[in-house]
Amino acid sequence: MVVLLWLPVLFPAVMGAFVAWRHRDAYARFVPLAVAVVILACGVALVARGRVVTSSLLRADAGASYVLLCIGAVSVVALWGGLSRKSLGGRGEALVCAFLAAMSLAVLADNLGVMWVAIEATTIATAFLVGHAGTRGATEAAWKYVVLGSVGVAIAFLGIVLVYASSRAGGTPTLSWVALTSGNIALSPHLARAGVALAVLGFATKAGLAPMHSWLPDAHSQAPAPVSGLMSGVLLSVAMYAILRVQAVGAAHIGVGLVHGLLLTFGLLSLTVAAFLTLTQRDYKRLLAYSSIEHMGIIALGVGSGTTLGLAAALLHMLGHGVVKAAMFVVAGRVLNITGSTRIADVTGLLKRRPDLGWPFLVGSAALLGFPPFVTFFTEVAILVALAEAGLWWAAGAAALLLLVTFVGIARQVLGMTVGAPAPVPDSGDHRLVEDPPSRRRTAPVALALGVGAAMSFLAVVLVPVLTAAAAALGVAR
Amino acid sequence: MSASLTSSIVTTAVGVLLLTAVLQTWRRSAAGSVRLLVVQGLALAALVAALGASRGDVELLAVAGVVALVKAGLLPWVLGRTATGRLVERDAAVRPAVGLLGAAVLTMFAYAVSDPLRGGDQSATARAIPAGIALVLIGFWILLTRHSAVSQLLGFVVLDNGIAMVAFLTSDGLPLTVELGATLDVLLVVVILRALTTRMRGTHGGTSVDDLTELRD
Repeated sequence: MVVLLWLPVLFPAVMGAFVAWRHRDAYARFVPLAVAVVILACGVALVARGRVVTSSLLRADAGASYVLLCIGAVSVVALWGGLSRKSLGGRGEALVCAFLAAMSLAVLADNLGVMWVAIEATTIATAFLVGHAGTRGATEAAWKYVVLGSVGVAIAFLGIVLVYASSRAGGTPTLSWVALTSGNIALSPHLARAGVALAVLGFATKAGLAPMHSWLPDAHSQAPAPVSGLMSGVLLSVAMYAILRVQAVGAAHIGVGLVHGLLLTFGLLSLTVAAFLTLTQRDYKRLLAYSSIEHMGIIALGVGSGTTLGLAAALLHMLGHGVVKAAMFVVAGRVLNITGSTRIADVTGLLKRRPDLGWPFLVGSAALLGFPPFVTFFTEVAILVALAEAGLWWAAGAAALLLLVTFVGIARQVLGMTVGAPAPVPDSGDHRLVEDPPSRRRTAPVALALGVGAAMSFLAVVLVPVLTAAAAALGVAR
Repeated sequence: MSASLTSSIVTTAVGVLLLTAVLQTWRRSAAGSVRLLVVQGLALAALVAALGASRGDVELLAVAGVVALVKAGLLPWVLGRTATGRLVERDAAVRPAVGLLGAAVLTMFAYAVSDPLRGGDQSATARAIPAGIALVLIGFWILLTRHSAVSQLLGFVVLDNGIAMVAFLTSDGLPLTVELGATLDVLLVVVILRALTTRMRGTHGGTSVDDLTELRD
């Protein structure tokens, strides 16, 4: 079963190298999707087996398997929905494959150092994808993304260096997560405390948590639609997964108070930023980006509550939000194709004009806002309950209030875009119009994603044991 | 190698590292800044080599070679191809004197806060840890106060050198795979930022980060 560990890392890497070397339009655009399907299959197989698989540097426990499944599911939605007639020129496809390989490696690595290297590699792989359009805005977004991303992750690296140094107190220094959390080695507390705090701070930058979020709306609004979907749906989640891994190391040695305090602060700040900036937002791709900050804030609160319920709900929210957000970015990309503008004011009457885009956009927004029957409703309620259970009434109250403000902000904007009579298309749009007629083939992945987002709510029988195992493996809630 | 020789090489290398970082906050010419970076890379390599020789650790000596190649060779070479002539006029948000003063304050701060990290260890290497933290903080300071793309890149490299220094001083460096992976990552980040700098010249007509004002809420 070791093949299930190496396949999600090596297959994307090999396919990426191949498509960069031998690029033909005929198949190049299908390569990333094929890679995503393989990752999803490996994730499902690992979750279904439910046993820990280890092979030298790689290791899949219930937590890693679950997050690998999330990566696969979200990538399939983003890349299938984003299949366009033109390829990204070979290099683009190769970078997407490299991105997927790096994310799989980050999740499956047992060694915290290797995990760091892989997360930094995701920044490298996505830099040119963010700047793909080559415009002023795209260049600016790519610059800010790489500088903030790599500086943030460099802080995490300093944290990991200090954790490594702290493990010297127990004889041989190690970065193996299993060894660090086993409780068999002693860490020197001062170094471990500083290391864990810095690592969480650094990875929080990559997870888009406020106040280190400023790169996120720029990068998400400038990248091509499928890439935005991938970044929003899985890159942020993988960074959050890194925080969970570091948290477990902290929990085994210095207690969880420090990390949970940080996560509660970041979570509430993210909700605040999202609440106020969605109210006044004028660009719909940025609106979706701020919604991602909101959802990462919710996940941070779930983890920060320190209860099993909160952690399990946060993990489910990761999958639910990822799948829906990937579908939403795909739809937003197609709306941009037919309107040539990312301004909310330029998009009107989508339901009448293009029901094949309008309905998914409206329904997907409802899912993002946490309407039942979508799974996001149940996970958000569960996280609020978890906060209250942990005695953090004030945090639960503040979060509920901020969610309400975001709800008003996003609902108002989305209703303005979809409901009502279509106004004439302004030709002031700064993007090229691309022919994008209604097509069942292209709507299918979006509909499937939204369907999955709703169906998950009723699959408790299947999901609860998976989530409980994953939460237990990530080893904090005790 | 005798303990006193190791200790004096380590102390000298740390001094050079700190000095070159502080001077970076003051230099205005791009070529000069890149030369300082070469010296800094060599000092870091010397530090690693001294540690390796004193422990009789062949792997560490090989790492010293890689550090010299990347930090004193490749990185400055990549940067040097972008950095021609003077950095953009009025590049810094603060005057050179204020920049130097900031670096001095940050260095003192690093020494004040890093004491617990040493855990009572009094060896020459442990006593140098605060200098590594100081390098990290000075890198941040450069990133915050400089507004040309090339200077920001320099700040990032200084920050990274600081982290590498802390890694070598606290635990003789990370495991080899992680060390090599991290070095490759940093090199690629610098290559990407350099390519973006070139593109920025095309789209924005300059390399001042102040011109990046298109995206906002």
